[in-house]
Amino acid sequence: MHGPQPPMPGTTPPAPAGVIGAAAMARCTALILFVFVIVFTGLLAGAYRLTRPAIEASAREEKMRLINEVLPPGSYDNDLLADALALPATPELGLPDGGQVLRARKQGRPAALVLEAVAPDGYAGAIRLVLAVGADGRLLGVRVTQHKETPGLGDYIDPNKDKNKAHPWIGQFAGLSLADVPASGWRVKKDGGRFDSVAGATVTPRAVVKAVKKALDFAAARGEALYAVSAKEQP
Amino acid sequence: MIRRDEFASIANNGLWKQNSSLVQILGMCPLLAVTTNATNGAMLSLATLLVMALSGAAVASLRHLIPHEIRIPVFILIVATLVTMVDLAFNAGLHGLYLVLGIFIPLIVTNCIVLARVEAFAAKNPPLHSALDGVFMGLGMLWTLSLLGGLRELIGAGTLLSGIELVIPGTHALRLLPEDYPGLLLASLPPGAFILLGCLIAWKNWMEARAARAKRPPLPHSPSSPAPAAAGPQG
Repeated sequence: MHGPQPPMPGTTPPAPAGVIGAAAMARCTALILFVFVIVFTGLLAGAYRLTRPAIEASAREEKMRLINEVLPPGSYDNDLLADALALPATPELGLPDGGQVLRARKQGRPAALVLEAVAPDGYAGAIRLVLAVGADGRLLGVRVTQHKETPGLGDYIDPNKDKNKAHPWIGQFAGLSLADVPASGWRVKKDGGRFDSVAGATVTPRAVVKAVKKALDFAAARGEALYAVSAKEQP
Repeated sequence: MIRRDEFASIANNGLWKQNSSLVQILGMCPLLAVTTNATNGAMLSLATLLVMALSGAAVASLRHLIPHEIRIPVFILIVATLVTMVDLAFNAGLHGLYLVLGIFIPLIVTNCIVLARVEAFAAKNPPLHSALDGVFMGLGMLWTLSLLGGLRELIGAGTLLSGIELVIPGTHALRLLPEDYPGLLLASLPPGAFILLGCLIAWKNWMEARAARAKRPPLPHSPSSPAPAAAGPQG
């Protein structure tokens, strides 16, 4: 990383002339630095090995916690994270770089799809969502996983930030399906649809509603094919 | 061992006289970004405290082995290793909070206060003194960032300690102002952090000016004597 450096004038106390040459001193300094790098890299490697199992477990737990918010834990009996399917680039879900679908099954039969989706047109950039769509085409739940909407204004799409704790905004989606709500209903009330929004922050819910509708369309069109591919078959 | 007056001077420097946020004005980037509530401010300060205490002790123990010319790369190496270890430990143990503090834990490496204390103090003092210096610098940051975070969330949303459930499961944020408090968005956004930090600095300077006035009795026959200079930000 750092090669031997000649001592810069003015920064080093003058070495007794003739005792050790500048080149020998530079070699010695480089060696010391090298030893430090080896020792501290070793420490890091040790810390990484020690913490890796706990980090992997908490990442899994975090993922399951989120999934359990959109998907009732009793509604499936397979190991969800093992039944994941990698998606190629999917513009229908707003995933230009691809994503992941989890298949929930009960006694081997399809129960629900857990999809990632991105609403690209939030007020402050993309809004990432995770949603569960039952095998009957009903939305089981929607959650926002990442957004940059204005704190205190547009962030009510996140139930933890929503001031209405009893009926958080994002809860409106649960139980709806394309069959219940006509295409024109998938808008906020201000635009003539059926979804509430908070005055002064309409861009945010508009983006979320649009992304949810698109994800439902995707699940309706591709759902059966997605359940059919086994996790091992995928490329 | 450490003498009583040395201990008192290290403590006073870290907590008040050389307070990293109010006097040295160091580490502004994490200060602005994480002090949206008291919990985040306190937890980032604790992580920084840990890094500063460990790096102070490590540098002070190794200070006779580190050649003067390469001391900065070695210090950075030591600090970066310790920060990565703290980062891994946070990720493993407090995953929820890790997701909130996110990028700011690795960025402790670039927080000038860590390198500044290593270079200015640990490189010239014994390990125990240096570790204590790190602890008290960290405690100084802790009370400042917690106070700033608390003020911001209180003014911004009317709550205190939101996010505490990520640290201690089962607890929840305190709501100090009535449920219908509209909130002041400015306080939650970065400019609010600057404005409130300015108020805190002004308060500290006022306290010091008052203490200086009390110490020096007013001179007779000199009504126009200059006021004692307030301790301004240095660095």
